[in-house]
Amino acid sequence: MANFITRTRGRQRLHWTDWASYAYLGFGVLLMFGPVLWLVLSSFKTETELQHYPPRLLPYVQQTVTLPGYDDPLLVFHVTQGPLAGQDVAQVRRIGLVSQMVRPDDPTTIVKVPIADREPVEHVALATSNYQKLFQRFNFLRFLWNSTFITVVATAITLLVNSMAAFALSKYEFRGRGTVMAMVIGTLMIPQTVVLVPLFLITRDFGLINTLWGVIIPGAATPTGVFLLRQYMLTIPDEILDAARMDNASEWKIYWRIILPLSAPAIAVLAILSIMWRWNDFLWPLIALSQTENFTLQLALNSFRGEFTTDWASLLAMTVLTLVPVVAVFAFLQKYIATGIASTGGK
Amino acid sequence: MLKLITPLMQIVDVPMRALQRLLGPRRLAWAFLAPNLILFGLFAFLPVLVNIAYALTGSDQILLRDRPFVGVRNFTDLSQCASYLDANSCKIDVFWRAVHNTAWFIVLQVGFMVGFSLLTALILNRKIVARGFFRAVFFFPVLLSPVVVALIWKWILQDQGALNAVLEHFGYPTVNWLLNPSWAFGWAVFLSCWAHMGFYTLILLAGLQAIPRDVYEAAQMDAASPWRVFHRITLPLLMPTMVVVLVLALIKGVQTFDEVYAFTGGGPGSATTLVIQYIYQTGFAGAPRLFGLASAASIMVALVLVVLTAVQLWITRRNANG
Amino acid sequence: MADLELRGVTKAYGAAEVIKGVDLQVAEGEFCVFVGPSGCGKSTLLRMISGLEPITGGEVRIGGEVVNRRGPAERGLAMVFQSYALYPHMTVRQNLSFGLENLRATKADIETRVTEAAQMLQIDKLLDRRPKDLSGGQRQRVAIGRAVVREPRIFLFDEPLSNLDAELRVEMRGEISRLHRRIGNTMIYVTHDQVEAMTMADKIAVLRDGRLEQFGRPLDLYNAPANAFVAGFIGSPRMNFFTGRIAGGAVRLTTGETVALPGDTFDMAEGAEVTLGIRPNGLHPVDSGSGLSVTVTGVERLGGESYIYGSTQDGTAVTVHSPGQTAIEPGGAVTLAIDPAEAHLFSAKTSKSLRKGAAS
Repeated sequence: MANFITRTRGRQRLHWTDWASYAYLGFGVLLMFGPVLWLVLSSFKTETELQHYPPRLLPYVQQTVTLPGYDDPLLVFHVTQGPLAGQDVAQVRRIGLVSQMVRPDDPTTIVKVPIADREPVEHVALATSNYQKLFQRFNFLRFLWNSTFITVVATAITLLVNSMAAFALSKYEFRGRGTVMAMVIGTLMIPQTVVLVPLFLITRDFGLINTLWGVIIPGAATPTGVFLLRQYMLTIPDEILDAARMDNASEWKIYWRIILPLSAPAIAVLAILSIMWRWNDFLWPLIALSQTENFTLQLALNSFRGEFTTDWASLLAMTVLTLVPVVAVFAFLQKYIATGIASTGGK
Repeated sequence: MLKLITPLMQIVDVPMRALQRLLGPRRLAWAFLAPNLILFGLFAFLPVLVNIAYALTGSDQILLRDRPFVGVRNFTDLSQCASYLDANSCKIDVFWRAVHNTAWFIVLQVGFMVGFSLLTALILNRKIVARGFFRAVFFFPVLLSPVVVALIWKWILQDQGALNAVLEHFGYPTVNWLLNPSWAFGWAVFLSCWAHMGFYTLILLAGLQAIPRDVYEAAQMDAASPWRVFHRITLPLLMPTMVVVLVLALIKGVQTFDEVYAFTGGGPGSATTLVIQYIYQTGFAGAPRLFGLASAASIMVALVLVVLTAVQLWITRRNANG
Repeated sequence: MADLELRGVTKAYGAAEVIKGVDLQVAEGEFCVFVGPSGCGKSTLLRMISGLEPITGGEVRIGGEVVNRRGPAERGLAMVFQSYALYPHMTVRQNLSFGLENLRATKADIETRVTEAAQMLQIDKLLDRRPKDLSGGQRQRVAIGRAVVREPRIFLFDEPLSNLDAELRVEMRGEISRLHRRIGNTMIYVTHDQVEAMTMADKIAVLRDGRLEQFGRPLDLYNAPANAFVAGFIGSPRMNFFTGRIAGGAVRLTTGETVALPGDTFDMAEGAEVTLGIRPNGLHPVDSGSGLSVTVTGVERLGGESYIYGSTQDGTAVTVHSPGQTAIEPGGAVTLAIDPAEAHLFSAKTSKSLRKGAAS
């Protein structure tokens, strides 16, 4: 292994700059991955474990035992002092500084043990209680549905509308094409952040405030998408279109039978970008949606931020669930995403 | 999926065919453009006009016809300061605090982020084992939502969080990071860098890899030292990419809102309130919704962005023309 | 099958006129080649016939009907493109059937026509491949097959062989000719290569600068070119041209030599400025006697034949074709006898042929 790492291409021995580089990269892995890993580990901790200070790296769960005569499973403790020292006993209840314990082999005899004389018997385990609570107590599925609906529908509309415009701008010569291109560049200068007030008012006039469509429609046509697709469509030879025209295809048919399939790589890139923008979108949904039942996951996460206390147990689980689709998509499409983002300058 | 789309497209084909017969294939282009242009018109160009209309009118009324015309008062109110360097001397001190915060935020964030992106890109451009893996590691936070990024770091930085635990373990004093204005601001800059660095690293790495190998080989033949190679070859050839990265980072820096708002809510006090948050609070979150003031403020931000975007387009075009 | 007629067809992009009034009649079943240098408008003319390019003025008639206002699909034509323009995302079979599907042919009909065309073009084994997995020649066959299945009234070919290497080009040339003999459709074929035109055409239309220079059978064009341009364009190597003037019933060249021509063949007005054209095989090196004196600049010996390159005293380049092997060496001088029967005479002013009875 060490041999593998120290082997460099071309040269024999590692220069000190190589060591420095690997040290930097190692630190980078820690800094980039560490926090996310910590978040995921924390989300599998029980509420008690989350209160534990200093926090422990791995999630621990206290052992429980079900004894006859008791409905609920009982927590197991290891007694350190007193007559029961060295034994594992189950706690029936705790009153002040004293626990009422029973021995597993004698569940009817209560023994009183000061809480200072016992320590919990724990083992490393993933507690899914935070996740269960998310589905039971919160409208998580509702938020998930809202986010998914917005992402899928908005991406579909973006792809359709942008590819149609890109087709017209790349494959037709008509009067006014230059003006339209200038308009597209113009919209590049008007990000949502600088027209929040009028965007809200216009969307409100359409009666779309507080609906998912109010989030979807205003950003459905993107200048980035038009540019990206047009650039790609310019590389499709015009002769193929002429051949299709000779083959009796209507212009619309040329669009969806020839142009769309041939632009698949660019469309995939735009689809990934759009999914990312929509899934992670925050500011506009924050303004357009004010009723909790319409919240997206991002808004729901934000609303968890209490004034004084934060329900970290649920929040951590929800954060992980929000993050999972993005990481999954990234894992499979890393190369596409990277090249796509690099080729468009992000947004 | 395809089974669903095909019949749909065939249905659309019927009116489109009729339209083609009516307009001829050339003017049919407008039919393809129409949906996109309508959306652009309604949600990009019309808002610019509406924005100006609201910026020139006052009161908290929502309908334009109920709003009295106040001329440029919103603008003069916003820019009324004894000294622009002291927010407390301004009529609308919250706005100027936000402007100062944003200015500092941009300077620090763009500086650190582009610096570390360059360093990372240079290292990734070396003969590194598992380069793809490292690149992915630095890149993946770009995909995380701003809210998730904010929560990840809040969880670490909270009073009973992991960072304080580690500090305590090594015998250092703990800090309540998010309640201390300077620390909160510093961490906001940090997490913004953390989240976006990968994107700029990727662009810079692409720029580095676009430098032809033979230039380096020629330099090697000329017995140039590694420092000289970096200084005289890598940096000048990377300069166009660097400028693009800087301008892009500036454009995004001005618009920063999500992650900082989700991280601190603008606090403590107004220590991390940025300009976009001021617009949001003035127009949407405050008790009287001061649309006029919010519009005026966003026009001021828009002017900055238009200049920056124009510079960006000009540079990209110049780079593209070689 | 149908005939094609162009009547005063013009095409202008704004102020720039690229087709300046072309009249042409292609009979049913004829193989007609449009030939000319690049930029002469031959491809534009073909695209106007196809309907891909709107017509500015004049009429295009197919089978007697004016089709000016019909779209490409409604003219019943099929076209083979220079780049083949195969649909890259479709298999060969899908490429062949796409047009038939658009015409709402039945599945069974499509199947038989595709199979038939594929067998005829020997691409039946490739039907499930995609264009990127085919060689250049195979792609060419698929492109032709795509036209064949449509059973068009007229086939249009737009420089279809220019992307193939020399050997394959000769092979495909023969193949397209055989295809024409076999199905007998009217075909319009655009090329810049006069060899293709000569070998394949029933009729050749020579175009220059958006005008039809001459239209006729290949050997008619070769034997009696209507003007100096056609004379120079048809035939390889190129015809030699010498300037001179008519003096005393003969041509007095600017280099001083006099060439006697039969007066009953050409219109020889005394004192007229003329261009004398002679193909390389109309010049013969002679040991003695009168003729054109030329300085030899190069010799190509191909074994069975030789080409001698030289220049006259005023620097005009001369090419001589000589059967068999020659002893002439570069650097020397040679005297060339001119065969009057091989001579062509053109007016220097209009460059039109002065042959009596020649179409103007």
